[in-house]
This record gives sequence, structure tokens and C-alpha cells, in this order.
Amino acid sequence: MSAAEKLHLHTDTAQPLFSVRDLTRLYGPEKGCQGVSFDLYPGEVLGIVGESGSGKSTLLSLLSGRCPPDRGAVTYRDTAGNWVDLYSASEAQRRTLLRTEWGFVEQNPRDGLRMGVSAGANIGERLMAQGVRHYGELRAAGIDWLSQVEIDPLRIDDLPRTFSGGMQQRLQIARNLVSSPRLIFMDEPTGGLDVSVQARLLDLLRGLVRELDLAVVIVTHDLAVARLLADRLMVMRRSHVVEAGLTDQILDDPQHPYSQLLVSSVLQP
Amino acid sequence: MYVAVKGGERAIDNAHLLLAKQRRGDTAVPELSVDQVREQMPLAVARVMSEGSLYDPQLAALAIKQAAGDLMEAIFLLRAYRTTLPRFGASVALETTQMQLSRRISATFKDLPGGQLLGPTFDYSHRLLDFALLADGEQPGPQVDPQAELSPCPRVLDFLAEEGLMAREVDDGLAVADITREPLDFPASRAQRLQALARGDEGFLLALGYSTQRGYGRNHPFAGEIRIGAVEVWLEPEELGFAVPLGDIEVTECEMVNQFVGGKAIDAQFTRGYGLAFGYAERKAMGMALVDRSLRAAEYAEEVEGPAQQEEFVLMHCDNVEAAGFVSHLKLPHYVDFQSELELIRKLRKQEREQPAAEEQRA
Amino acid sequence: MNAQAHTQNATEVGYNFAYLDEQTKRMIRRGLLKAVAIPGYQVPFGGREMPLPYGWGTGGMQLTAAILGAEDVLKVIDQGADDTTNAVSIRRFFARTAGVKTTTRTPEATVIQTRHRIPETPLNNDQIMVYQVPIPEPLRFIEPSETETRTMHALEDYGVMHVKLYEDIATFGHIATSYAYPVTVDERYVMDPSPIPKFDNTKLHMSPALMLFGAGREKRLYAVPPYTRVVSLDFEDHPFEIQRWDECCAFCGSEDSYLDELIVDDAGSKRFVCSDTDYCMQRRDLEEEGAQ
Repeated sequence: MSAAEKLHLHTDTAQPLFSVRDLTRLYGPEKGCQGVSFDLYPGEVLGIVGESGSGKSTLLSLLSGRCPPDRGAVTYRDTAGNWVDLYSASEAQRRTLLRTEWGFVEQNPRDGLRMGVSAGANIGERLMAQGVRHYGELRAAGIDWLSQVEIDPLRIDDLPRTFSGGMQQRLQIARNLVSSPRLIFMDEPTGGLDVSVQARLLDLLRGLVRELDLAVVIVTHDLAVARLLADRLMVMRRSHVVEAGLTDQILDDPQHPYSQLLVSSVLQP
Repeated sequence: MYVAVKGGERAIDNAHLLLAKQRRGDTAVPELSVDQVREQMPLAVARVMSEGSLYDPQLAALAIKQAAGDLMEAIFLLRAYRTTLPRFGASVALETTQMQLSRRISATFKDLPGGQLLGPTFDYSHRLLDFALLADGEQPGPQVDPQAELSPCPRVLDFLAEEGLMAREVDDGLAVADITREPLDFPASRAQRLQALARGDEGFLLALGYSTQRGYGRNHPFAGEIRIGAVEVWLEPEELGFAVPLGDIEVTECEMVNQFVGGKAIDAQFTRGYGLAFGYAERKAMGMALVDRSLRAAEYAEEVEGPAQQEEFVLMHCDNVEAAGFVSHLKLPHYVDFQSELELIRKLRKQEREQPAAEEQRA
Repeated sequence: MNAQAHTQNATEVGYNFAYLDEQTKRMIRRGLLKAVAIPGYQVPFGGREMPLPYGWGTGGMQLTAAILGAEDVLKVIDQGADDTTNAVSIRRFFARTAGVKTTTRTPEATVIQTRHRIPETPLNNDQIMVYQVPIPEPLRFIEPSETETRTMHALEDYGVMHVKLYEDIATFGHIATSYAYPVTVDERYVMDPSPIPKFDNTKLHMSPALMLFGAGREKRLYAVPPYTRVVSLDFEDHPFEIQRWDECCAFCGSEDSYLDELIVDDAGSKRFVCSDTDYCMQRRDLEEEGAQ
């Protein structure tokens, strides 16, 4: 099924999972983001692309509850079907969401992992936070998820420090997915990795996203990553969304001059 | 036959007698008097008063004598005494502009109204041990001009403020928290921070200030003005409805001029750090001013790069009475906790020896 | 002169009863009431400088000073013993400033201030235990920031405590904490019971006595009211276990008290004796009576 058909299916039969209206936060003229609106459906991957300084990181912070906007709203439909206005909710609710139904994969795995405890402990933390009190079960979950992210399960007791960059990133993903989240935010997840390592990670992500029907908001400056993972794209430049639409459409037939520039400057293999 | 450890009381009594003996030293040497400490060690007295949070040179001198010269112990004595004192109220804010100056310098202008008044200072002395001090003797005093008058010394930072170059400090009129009555809360207000810094350890603040100069959160400081002298303390009792003077105290005040800021809404302007200490205490006031400014990082949207900018780290560790207490508590018996650890480590080692095969597999 | 006669003769002149002024005591008692209403929750209080250094029991002392009445009988122990130097020092302090009766016998005491142990003798409903606490925050070593730990308690965000325990089991095969073992109080707040050996944790659960905890330097107090559920953190398949010895007490023969290890000669020979000196003595007295 093509992305378009998938989208069509969602618009007809499902409600959005995540809804953003006129989201704005500015640090200076054209610095930050402004007037951002979109809906995200279950299982849909939205890519936010643009060069550094375009405002995509600011946008990601606003979307994930880390930073309040000057204007606009971010709403999320939880598993009970209730719409939560992210910034009207309490700090408690936001933190709970980020630990359970949401995930956040940091650009630098050191920011998203506890470097001083074992891989198994990292994976088990969300489960422990939810009240799982059986060591054997936690360990089994750890082993299971390590396999799913293609890390040798025998490394369950090793510290993340002893992992390569790509492995740390995969561990971070496992740590997020263990609580069966419905929405994941990713901040340049392949940044700083070798090309071949990147490819493997992207393959893994694509598989997991499909298999687990995850909704994803992924920020990246790498159009190849966007092409591979995202159903839809938003192109940002100097705090504005200059173009939005289906990934293939934007990458194959960009309309806005800036999008054209971006696409044309990607090195062809 | 094992006899349980008894006689703790007698041991303690003897320890106190030994301490008194150590403090007195050789009885052939005349005993140090509290007056001598007060008069001839004014800088030690100043430190003990500032960090003890109590302005009483006589008591501070007594504490120094009782503590056998250990200033932190003396500070502790003064603090403990302070706990027992009744609180009548807060004074009116001190008018340091009206200070009877004995010293006033500025590094930001070569010359300024009132001039550079050196006062008594070590600054230009050559650090050569003066063996003449080994013998008692009269010191020649300074030359005094009986006709001389002190010119008015307006505040340096006020000049900058007049030109709009320096943010003015504004009294928001809110009640001021007292950290000796209510526990410190984070994020702390500036008043709470300044209180903690004023009674904070001089060495700790000095080191933190130093670290900012070396790049751990640099804020480009200049010594805008340092003033030392006597200020009057006024109190407004409720029953009277007007303020009455209580007397003079000597204070050291330092205002640093720091990195300027500017942004979409504000014009570029200098920022400041503030330090205040009892008595003659320049180093303390300067260190305090540097750290005060560092802790204002959030106000100026500065990135926190160094420990001097981290409020919790600085304020939780700057009190030397707390620090000394907790460090020294390690001397208390910990044999029960230690026992638990001993047992655990023995158990673990026993396990390791009994399972060499399992270990091989894991490696 | 024994401790009791001493107190009658030498109450310090010029200080209020039990040293602290009445306003301060009132402030502390208000804090204690709050603490009792929210078991295990750390209540900030305006701690005062005491004549003993921070870290040496000032928190416990402020609590004791706030609750002590002229009719109370005070026992002070450190590491389970009445005559370790700091216990002596603190008992003297209250003898001087409050003139209250003091005792070494647990059953006779109405207020027991302790450092690092709970007496072996079961407590009753008329007794109050005051614990000296160095670091009140059980999460402190995992999370240094106070603002963050406060939020974690408020949100019951305790996952990270079990991470530590999980890690112990992965590394050592079992939980490696042997004292200051964290507990959940009344199924809500995670609390540090002060550095008592985990051996003593079970005594907190459903105790008829009131347990008050004071951290002077950190300026926090907390409480476990009588008959409160106090459960040590563990895993279902790695349940909480207390220490056990192969030996029994060399003096009284007790097999269920916490034993101190003593090195008795140059060859390193060891002997084990009850850490709770009063309990040991009581047992020996009973044995003697029995023998007569």
C-alpha cells in the first residue's frame, strides 16, 4: 500500500493521534518556529527537514512537552481516547506520557541512556517505573528487546559505555519501545554514525515502525533518512514551514524554491 | 573477661581538659586576652562575624580564643550562640552610599569624584616576613592632615546607571525570606542566594569566583567599586512608627561590573554582582560578588557551563559549618554500618570462590 | 556520679528548657504534625544551629528538644550502645539543658534518640523513637538534584530506585544494600530509614511506637506513625532478606539480635556480641535471676 493510500485510509476511518495548531515560539526574528499546524495519524511518520537554524529542534521541543510555546496548542489523544492539551496538563501528566505512551530518541545516545547502568537496567527502567517487580521478567524483557534491536543478548549486563555508537542508539530505541509507546519523537537519530551503521539503523527503524504501528515525528537534515522513513514531510526554513506534503511528492517534485534548493543539493549516489 | 566499653564520660571530660591545656600552651608565655584578639586580629574577627552571621567583635574574639585560632570552629561557636538570641526585627536597609569611608577604590575608572582612597591595605606590600614584628614595639602611624576633608564619593555604578549603561537594582518591595528561619528552597530568590553567600565559606567562594575567571562560566568582571567603612544601622520598631539609629558597624562592599547583555527587548547594558561582608573583608566580598553574578545566569539566559553557575551546587555546599560537620561526622562510630558492609563483601567473595565455573562462562 | 543524679544537680542556667526557644519548638512540632499526616514525606523545616556539629545528630536533637517534656525519660544510643561517646555527649546535653530523667533501659524510656539502630526490645505505644538522619533523600545517590528528586517523589516516579536494585542483582547476584535500605511507607512514599542495618527494617513495619526522623543539616524531617505499613523494596523473585549470623552473642547467647564483631587478640580472633548493650544486659540479668 502506498503512503497516499495509507493516508486516505486514515482520513476516512481513524482520528488523528496528535494535533498541532498554530504552534509558535520565537527567540528573535525568524529564530524558533511559528504558525506550525498539522495532524498526525496512528502509524504515520512525519519528517521535519531543514538546515540547522531552521527551527526544527525548537519545534521538536515544543511538540514533546519540553518547552512551552508563546502561542498555539499541542493536543494528544491518549489510549482512553481523551484529548490532552499538552500545556494545560500538569507536569505530572506530561512526564507520565513521556514514560509510557511516548518515546524520545535523542540525537546523542548519552542523553537518552543511563550510561552508568547495564543495558538490561536501561531497558527495564520503564517497566520498573510502571510497577513490574519481577527480576526474571525484567531480564527476559531485556533479552527479548536486545534481540529485536539486533544487539547480542549476552551483552545484557554490559554498560552502554562499552557499546559502539550504533549499538548505543539501538539500545536507546529498545529503552523507549519497551513500554509500547504509540508516538515516538526522534532527534537526528542517525547523526554522527557511519554511513553503513546508519543504513542498518534505518532498516531497523523502518521495520519496527511498521511492525509496531508507531506514529513518529522525526527531525533530520538528511533527506535520505527522510525518504526512507517518512510518509510525510514538513520543510522548515528560518522558523517557517515553507512546504508540506507527501514525502515522494516533495522530494521528487518540490514546489517551493527552498525545497528545490534542498533537494537539488543532495549528492546523488 | 571482656568488659564492655565504659568510661566514655570520663574520657570526654579528660579530652576537654587536654583541649584547654593545648589552647593555653606554655604557661610561661602570657595568656592571650580576648581584647588582644579583638584589637590586633581584626581581619580574623571580621571573617568570624560574617560567616557566623553575628556582628559582635567581642564575642567573635572570644570565639577565636576559645577555638584556639581555628576560625571555622569559632564561626560554629558564634552560630550556635546566635541560635539562642531573640529576634526583634529586621533593620532598615543599610545606606552604604552614606558610608564613612576608610577605603574606596575602583578599577573601572582611573580617576573619579572622591578619588581612589587606599585606606589600610596589603595590596602594595611586599610579602616579606617582617621580623621586626617578633619584638613588641610601637609602630609609626600614618601622617595625618587635620584640615583634610573627605570629598563626596558617589557610587561608580550609579554613574553607569545614569547613562543607562547599567541595569539598576530595584527593590520589588516583597517580603525578604530569611534562610536562618526557613529552609532554602530551589529555585532560590536572589535575596536567599545573597544571604547564603554572605555567610558562605570564603575559600569556597574564592575558588568558585576564580573558576569563572578561568573560563568555567566566564562573565568578564571588573571591580566597579569596593568600599570599606562604617555604616549606621537603623531600626523601625512598630511601637514607635519611626526609625531609630542603633549604632555603627563596619562593612566591606564590592560591586562588580560584568558582561553586558542585550536582546530583542532590551538595549545592551552592563550587569552586576554584589558582595557584602562584616568588617574588613575584601577578598570575601569580591569572591561573593563574582559568584552572585554567576548565579544570575538564568536571569540573563546564559548557558550554565561551570559549577559557579549551578545554584543547587553552590548554595548547598557553601556553608562551612554544614560542610565541616558532615565531613567530621565520619569520625563518629560507624561500626554497625561497616559491619554490614564487611559481611556483604565476605559473602560476595565466598560466592565468587565457590562458583569459578560460572565465572568462566560469563567472561 | 551516675547520669541521673547529675541531671538533677546541674541544669544549665540561662537556656530555655531543652535549649531551643519555644517558637522554634512550635515550628518543629508543626512540621512533625505535617510529617505524621503524610507518612514518609520529607517536610522542610527551619533547622537551627545547635551546639553540636551538623552530621553529629543536630536533626535528632532538635526533634527531641521540640517534643521533650519535664516528665519524659530519655534514652540515647549510638550504634546500639548507651555509652558510645556521642550518645554520652547528647544525653549529657539534654541532662544539662532540660534536667529530664535519663535511662539506659529501653522499657523505661519514653523518648529514645538513636543513631543507626533500633533497639531489640520491642517498643510500645507510649514510646517515641527519634532517628538521626545524615541524608534524608533515598534518591540522592542516583539523582543529585533536589528539585528533581522532589518532583520524583511528587509524581511517584520511583522507577529509578528499582533500577539500582536490578543492577545489584545483575552484578552481585543479589541486592547489595546492607544499611539505609530504602522502604515504601504506607504504599506511597519511598523513604530512607536512616543508616540502620537492614536487619532493623522489619521493626519499622506496624510498630506501636511513633518514629520521627530528623536531618539537621539537610533541614528535613519525616515520620512513620504507629501501625504503618513499611515495606522494604525488593523484587518478587529476590525478596528482602535480613542479615544472619552463624554465631550467637558471646555474653547472653542471643541468636536473634544484631551482633557486633570484635577483634580480641593479635591473631585476629573474633568474638560476636549484641550491638544493643541494654538488651544484652537485660538478657544476662534474667539468666542470673533464673539461675538463682
